[in-house]
Amino acid sequence: MMVTMKKTSNAEDRHPFWDQADQLRKNKTAMAGLIIILVFVVCAILAPVLSPHNPIEASLYDQLKPPVWYEAGTSKNLLGTDDLGRDILSRILYGARVSLLVAVVSVGIAFFTGSLLGAISGYFKGFIDNIIMRIMDIILAFPHILLAIVMVAYLGPSLKNAMIAIGVIYIPRFARIVRGSVMEECEKDYVAAARAIGAKDMRIIFNAIFPNCLGPLIVQTTLGFASAILDAAALSFLGLGAQPPTPEWGAMIAMGRSLILRAWWVMTIPGLAILFAVLGFNLFGDGLRDALDPRMRD
Amino acid sequence: MSDTQPLKEILVQLVDIVKYYPVLGGVFLKEIAAVKAVDGVSLDIRRGETLGLVGESGCGKTTLGRALLRLEEPTAGRIIYNGENILEYDARRMRELRRRIQIIFQDPFSSLNPRKTISHIIGEPLLVHGVKKRSERERRVLDILNIVGLRKDQMRRYPHQFSGGQRQRVGIARALILNPELIVCDEAVSALDVSIQAQVINLLKDLQNEFNLTYLFISHDLSVVEHVSDRVAVMYLGKIVELADSETLYKTPLHPYTQALLSASPIPAPGKKRKRIILTGDVPSPIDPPPGCRFHTRCPKAQAICKEQEPEIRIMGKGHETACHFAAPMEHAA
Repeated sequence: MMVTMKKTSNAEDRHPFWDQADQLRKNKTAMAGLIIILVFVVCAILAPVLSPHNPIEASLYDQLKPPVWYEAGTSKNLLGTDDLGRDILSRILYGARVSLLVAVVSVGIAFFTGSLLGAISGYFKGFIDNIIMRIMDIILAFPHILLAIVMVAYLGPSLKNAMIAIGVIYIPRFARIVRGSVMEECEKDYVAAARAIGAKDMRIIFNAIFPNCLGPLIVQTTLGFASAILDAAALSFLGLGAQPPTPEWGAMIAMGRSLILRAWWVMTIPGLAILFAVLGFNLFGDGLRDALDPRMRD
Repeated sequence: MSDTQPLKEILVQLVDIVKYYPVLGGVFLKEIAAVKAVDGVSLDIRRGETLGLVGESGCGKTTLGRALLRLEEPTAGRIIYNGENILEYDARRMRELRRRIQIIFQDPFSSLNPRKTISHIIGEPLLVHGVKKRSERERRVLDILNIVGLRKDQMRRYPHQFSGGQRQRVGIARALILNPELIVCDEAVSALDVSIQAQVINLLKDLQNEFNLTYLFISHDLSVVEHVSDRVAVMYLGKIVELADSETLYKTPLHPYTQALLSASPIPAPGKKRKRIILTGDVPSPIDPPPGCRFHTRCPKAQAICKEQEPEIRIMGKGHETACHFAAPMEHAA
């Protein structure tokens, strides 16, 4: 059999994916976001190599040491220590593992389940829509952290269950956004055209409509990473998430809260870590949204 | 068209098509009324012809066109194609049938998926109907692009990079690639500039000759319909009021509504005078159409009987049908 397709460097003749990648590369803010994310990912992966100390080892002689740029600070603990004398830099590096995992896994659960439910709801309308959206309303009716507490208490306190609980309570916001966008797109003629050529429902939903709903969804996802990290922190604070010696940014903030006047760095440094991680996701998310939309090019 | 031509074979037969949209209201969102978009339309479409369908906006012509493809499920009626009622087809057989009947949409901006390249858009029907090999699809997309007058190097572009006329060509290419027998052109040129309209109409005519296509050409533009159609049906408030071959209809309209429509359309002959029939009032609501003849509220010839008795479709000449108690040729002004 002859090979009729040949690879060419001709700009008109390549897969749209490469156009999108090019577009993303040209977007400065997206690249800044990507760099921030990569820095955190590298920190998480290389935590054992980069950390100067064991993150869970207490040192009674080094309690509440300020960061290095204070007079009392030493180069032994670059970012100071907490009330148990644990090195904050090491805890931040190890904490990146936990917090990024929580963010990605719980938002991942919510993204896939929520998008699926929302798309089905918005496309088929009627009875199915009613059932799905009423269930979403029930979830939304509870204060979300309370619902997470109930779920973790039932499943047993652990980081894994905390991630599942956060994932589940985030499902409605994704489902509602996707449902709304799908309903809007359904009115457009390209959906009727897809039906007219004989495409099956699932193909119409996921191949034709869904890519057109990505804009608001990506924004919601990047914001979701931020609140997932914070909610995981809240659960850790209540003893339902990461269990105590485990370094986790949220838990670190919770622990440092009472020390804010005496030792601001204990709470502020993990707070900055969350801030930058969230900033990275948001910048990258915005760039991704623009790159995926062909209308934003040229 | 002319009398010497034998009557062509019937391709699709619409029988008493009805499409009501429920109006929900009250506390429990019950159905309190129905919008009678299409209210009992019977129409034969013959192989190889262009059947024009004209009427004011809101008269149900688009709904009828979409019902023919089951994009809108008719409330009642039958659509006979190859001796079978396609409204009884299940999803699988319907998908198979969609190869034979295609549609070109009015709005070339919303009818193409903005996230897909045009080669993807035109090739998708093939993919859906089992042409899995990418190279095979690309080859056929290239053929079709050539036929509708787009360049090969444009196939990786996105819809927003094209003009309205080019987009409509993409829409035509998508409809053509499955080799259909019947294409519903739903206001296919209405959104285009006049010069582009002419190009697209000529393209549609060429394609018809080449592939022996049948068109249901839906438009509100009387002069475009006259130009392209072999036969023309006029719709008013969900019903067909007159049907005749194009020449007859435009020369000797029998229904007062058709006469009024024709007298209102501009003629490219300055100085030539003709009698204008000015219709008063608005189109009545399709939720509560007037009793008797639906046109009697605005008809210059209306009598008492028009308010009570709905006129039957009468055959007035060879292939000329109209639904009016007092159908008669227009009296020309002196």
